[in-house]
Amino acid sequence: MHELTTTRHNELVDPLLHIWGWEIPVYLFIGGLVAGIMIISGYFTLKHQFKKNVFSSFYLPHISLILLSLGMFSLFLDLEHKLYVWRLYTTFKVASPMSWGAWILVLVYPALWLNTLIRIPDRFKGIIPIFDRLSTRINEHPFLIKNIGVLNMLLGTLLGMYTGVLLSSIGARPLWNSAMLWMLFLVSGLSSAAAFVHLIAKDKYERQLLAKADNAFLTLEIFVIGGFISGLLTSTSVHIEAARLLLDGPFAAAFWVFVIALGIVIPLFLQLLAVNEKVRHTPIPPLLVLSGGLILRFVIVYAGQYSHYMHQVFGR
Amino acid sequence: MARFGMVIDTAKCVGCMDCVVACKTENGVPEGFNRDWITQDVAGKYPTLHMEIRSERCNQCENPPCVYCCPTGASHVHDFGGVVLVEHGMCIGCKACLASCPYDARFIHPDGYADKCTFCIHRVEKGLDPACVSVCPTHCMTFGDLEDPNSTVSRLLTSRKYHTLIPETGTKPHVYYLV
Repeated sequence: MHELTTTRHNELVDPLLHIWGWEIPVYLFIGGLVAGIMIISGYFTLKHQFKKNVFSSFYLPHISLILLSLGMFSLFLDLEHKLYVWRLYTTFKVASPMSWGAWILVLVYPALWLNTLIRIPDRFKGIIPIFDRLSTRINEHPFLIKNIGVLNMLLGTLLGMYTGVLLSSIGARPLWNSAMLWMLFLVSGLSSAAAFVHLIAKDKYERQLLAKADNAFLTLEIFVIGGFISGLLTSTSVHIEAARLLLDGPFAAAFWVFVIALGIVIPLFLQLLAVNEKVRHTPIPPLLVLSGGLILRFVIVYAGQYSHYMHQVFGR
Repeated sequence: MARFGMVIDTAKCVGCMDCVVACKTENGVPEGFNRDWITQDVAGKYPTLHMEIRSERCNQCENPPCVYCCPTGASHVHDFGGVVLVEHGMCIGCKACLASCPYDARFIHPDGYADKCTFCIHRVEKGLDPACVSVCPTHCMTFGDLEDPNSTVSRLLTSRKYHTLIPETGTKPHVYYLV
């Protein structure tokens, strides 16, 4: 028997840590989604796809700008000392992933905006003359287009990685303390972005391509989740207990049903049939993938706060 | 350079919570929050049970994850005695430090910033003991400079068996519990 009784009753900390509510999972999901969109959009830019279709090079980065702003607003809502948010930009702390994230986000906005200037649709031309001049200047130098594509892919990768590193750097929470988490969030972000483009793109080629890409990302995500869980199961007792929160603990139902079955396996199966032209493309698989990605963030953030050293180890 | 630490004799602690009341009074800790608290730890199998009563607080770690994760530098190590403190005006209330503390020693003050035990640095700078140490009726708590081999805390740690909390996290806590 081992029983701990404490007189502490701090709000959000006791009896179990719950400092981060819906705002952080939503922010991490949107951050991952935007990261994936940047990689996809950057890839299309690099491949000169904008010459055929403006969706990937103009509308997608614009949608990303709106999504990212929503994500940042969600993060802002989580702050307890909101009026001091500007303090993030008075310093750069090398050891703090949150500081890295704050500065990466500052770079992401202009990169996305540059992507929108590569090809401005006719109906938006002439509204802001300086944008038209910049667009002309960029198009006079093809190497700039290539570099904007690479920049978007690079910053997208950094942003996607950061959403995972933010949690995995917190060693006090055994579930998060895994080197696989950044990979999981990056792949999940790519998968969500592919599903998002698949859902809203009008061009058949883009939809077919992104459905195929999403199948690859979903397959990869299964292996990454396998690696994440097995890494915890082969670690210390607290890490094993943390993994069990997902496998057969209080978060098992959400994990197995909404993340694995409805979020990965079923849409993968449906999309495999669709790309092989056995069934028609429908919005159901991408919607399932997007909900699965969101619920994955909720499960990881909530279960991670639940996982703890003190509950398992008698410190002596 | 001084390195402050606290040594608590669990054989003497009766869990009276005088330290908790003294801390709340001295530091104006809001109702419903605690910078220090009492933990009763019972382990073993009947009839050979072992009980330890501990007065717990921020462990003033030498390797403080709460300082490393802070994006604004609000959480910092004070020059005087290596005490981990929070600069209220720099804290954005992101709660990363709460998540990164394996001891759950921090909380969000109702005014929005992260708060925790300061080892009563305002008293220590005047040459006084922290409030909790000064009121302990069983004198189970000792505060002092761990770098000074002649300090009471150093002598207690060389002469008695002790443990720290969750040492496997690698934080190198500076609150020690004599067994």
